Amino acid sequence: MQPRRQKRLFAILLVIGLLTGAVAAMLYALQQNIDLFYTPSQLVDGLGKDKIKPQVGQRLRIGGMVVAGSVKRDPESLKVSFDLVDTGPLVTVIYEGILPDLFREGQGIVAQGVLQDATTIKASEVLAKHDEEYMPPEVAEALKGIKHVPPSQQQPASGSY
Amino acid sequence: MIVEAGQLALTFAFALSLLLAIIPLYGSFVANQRMLLLAKPLALGQFLFCLLAMLALIYAFRTNDFTVVNVAQNSSSTLPWYYQITASFGSHEGSMLLWVLMLAGWTALVAQFSKALPLLLLGRILGIMGVICVGFIAFSLFMSNPFERSLPFFPVEGRDLNPLLQDFGMILHPPTLYMGYVGFAVAFAFAIAALMGGRFDSVWARWVRPWALAAWLFLTLGIMLGSWWAYNELGWGGWWFWDPVENASFMPWLAGTALIHSLAVTEKRGTFKSWTVLLALAAFALSLVGAFLVRSGVLVSVHSFATDPGRGMYLLVFLLLVVGGSLLLYGMRMNSVRSQARYQLFSREMMLWGNNIFLLTACLIVFLGTLFPLFHKELGLGSISIGEPFFNQMFYYLTIPFALMLGLGPWVRWKQQQFTPLVKPLGLILVAALILALGVLASMQSVQANLALLGMLLGAWVGVSALAEVMLRMRQFGSVTQGLTKLNASHYGMTLAHIGFAVLVIGVAMTKTYTEERDVRMQEGDTATLAGYQFTLVDVYDLDGPNYGGQAAELDVRKDGRYVTHLHAEKRFYRIQRTIMTEAAVHARLSRDLYVSLGEELPGNAWALRIQVKPFVRWIWLGGLLMSLGALLALADKRYRRKTPPATKQEVANA
Repeated sequence: MQPRRQKRLFAILLVIGLLTGAVAAMLYALQQNIDLFYTPSQLVDGLGKDKIKPQVGQRLRIGGMVVAGSVKRDPESLKVSFDLVDTGPLVTVIYEGILPDLFREGQGIVAQGVLQDATTIKASEVLAKHDEEYMPPEVAEALKGIKHVPPSQQQPASGSY
Repeated sequence: MIVEAGQLALTFAFALSLLLAIIPLYGSFVANQRMLLLAKPLALGQFLFCLLAMLALIYAFRTNDFTVVNVAQNSSSTLPWYYQITASFGSHEGSMLLWVLMLAGWTALVAQFSKALPLLLLGRILGIMGVICVGFIAFSLFMSNPFERSLPFFPVEGRDLNPLLQDFGMILHPPTLYMGYVGFAVAFAFAIAALMGGRFDSVWARWVRPWALAAWLFLTLGIMLGSWWAYNELGWGGWWFWDPVENASFMPWLAGTALIHSLAVTEKRGTFKSWTVLLALAAFALSLVGAFLVRSGVLVSVHSFATDPGRGMYLLVFLLLVVGGSLLLYGMRMNSVRSQARYQLFSREMMLWGNNIFLLTACLIVFLGTLFPLFHKELGLGSISIGEPFFNQMFYYLTIPFALMLGLGPWVRWKQQQFTPLVKPLGLILVAALILALGVLASMQSVQANLALLGMLLGAWVGVSALAEVMLRMRQFGSVTQGLTKLNASHYGMTLAHIGFAVLVIGVAMTKTYTEERDVRMQEGDTATLAGYQFTLVDVYDLDGPNYGGQAAELDVRKDGRYVTHLHAEKRFYRIQRTIMTEAAVHARLSRDLYVSLGEELPGNAWALRIQVKPFVRWIWLGGLLMSLGALLALADKRYRRKTPPATKQEVANA
């Protein structure tokens, strides 16, 4: 082959190789790092049409309102536990560390953690937004019955209802 | 009155931008010189009116005019005066006006400092800037009017500025960042104008380079300031969260970095032309994607402004028009462009090509990681989040080959490089880097096979290589002292920026590996020990600030019984917004930061405190600062100021 062609071939192969490698590595890393979001009732009843429940040990995110009077602190350490609710059952979150500035009873929060048993989550991170009226959008949907319908799935306006 | 004048000024600016978008572009096609000559006064007038509008808004904030919705929602009479000024761009509406002002500012700068450009090209460039201005001024005027009044009913007191934004970093971060975002519009306009005229050569590349560099400089500085602000203000001690909005600024930065490197090839060698043009389009398109993500509310983030579907839709349509239109033009014109230059596999061209591939892969990763949750949700697959580990893992993989190549790149000649002459200097550099990295870690008694070692090695390799290379170039002019003045400013700029990258890599690796963090429960008089430092809680007392109350904690820090420093951490309660904010206490040294934030009050007269010792965290921002300084040095290069371009051959010989 001519050096010029050889160079081109090499360049193209290099690009394809790098891209394949990058995409493969990326998909693998993505698969490991996707955390599904649940509300307390979804966690208990299962998510989606098939009612898939998370497994013990699975990483996930949970969002809900902190139940008033449920915050229990350990007097000797920074261990704390509290209950979350949206429309149905309660779920308990346990955490050790400093809660965010806006953590309050009755406030909407999101916790990232691992499922310890069917209704207990060991949180590694607790998030509350810097806004008094903040509610995770997913919780707002569950509580207020407002459903976010993607444009692709919207029914024509002339529906039967 | 002044507020109405501001509104009027913005309307005038809109009219001028319309004229700017139409007259010079039309003039360029009918070859009408008078129409082309109009571009400059129109651009300057547009800037003037945008400036007046911004001043009017600042005036409304300073005079506590709560009849203006924007002022009532984002300021208060108790807010300190400097925050009243920054509050003018703290809201969605105000920040959009700032964005518009910056855009008009860049347009005016191009009009003012492009005497060397042919009239036809300048007219087209300004015309395209005008088109972009029309889009954004119309958005500000019709979709997010910062001057809207709420008469006849208005509040007597404002709702105050979001406490997160009441920080010194907030004064600097948004304007710098916006300068960078919007600055890529200039490179974009140059690219489109060149596509219209079909002229892409070294001269064109030399015209674009300083503008792309200037935009990159501001974007780098803006991102760095943002990181520093988050570190100081969010109270977590984190400096990068892979938050969607951070990612939105990181994507154009990656594309822009690729652009300034690709432009070097186009200027020096007249090749990579279509690639450079594509990067110029991409950098600006990604800035627009960023604007869309932040302002449409499709992604939840600490930075997001209030959600408004109408605004999001406007920006999306504008984005699609700009990207679609420019790609269409690109597709029509670019197949006729051919690069003549020949180069071998081992050559500077290929090294820079590799640089571009890695930067764009990084950009793609950030893009997918940011938008994947959005697609996932829109497809009805449920809400997900993509964690920090994903981005971290991907960037480890990318940084290693990238840094190895970066150490090698500047040594490689254009066209063709024999491998043997490089073996000796690079071998010496490798040995020096090894000694340096291991020496530093050994002095800290922490030589282990971990991320810190890897980062140190890569950083030392890049840094030593960059220094050695610039020394060698100087010696080629005779002696080092002679070479000192003869070497191009842009060469020093490159070296400095590369050293900045090395410093950044070392900072990230060391901070990631050796940060120690503890949440502790403390009563007054208690001592907590972390990384050899003893933190003693001396006192906690009530605070009384201008628009906030709260508590403050006083701590003494000792190391091996020796007094190190006194720390003052606050937990503020902003009365009007009813928000709690953590003001961390930071004691900064080049080798480590001590970081203490005050948490909640616990039963039993105790407090929760988060204590962190973060080695080398300053290096991250120092690296960013060095990169920006490098860009500034490169901008000072004499060749960007020549009126008539010299023969290119001679330049290639010097390069």
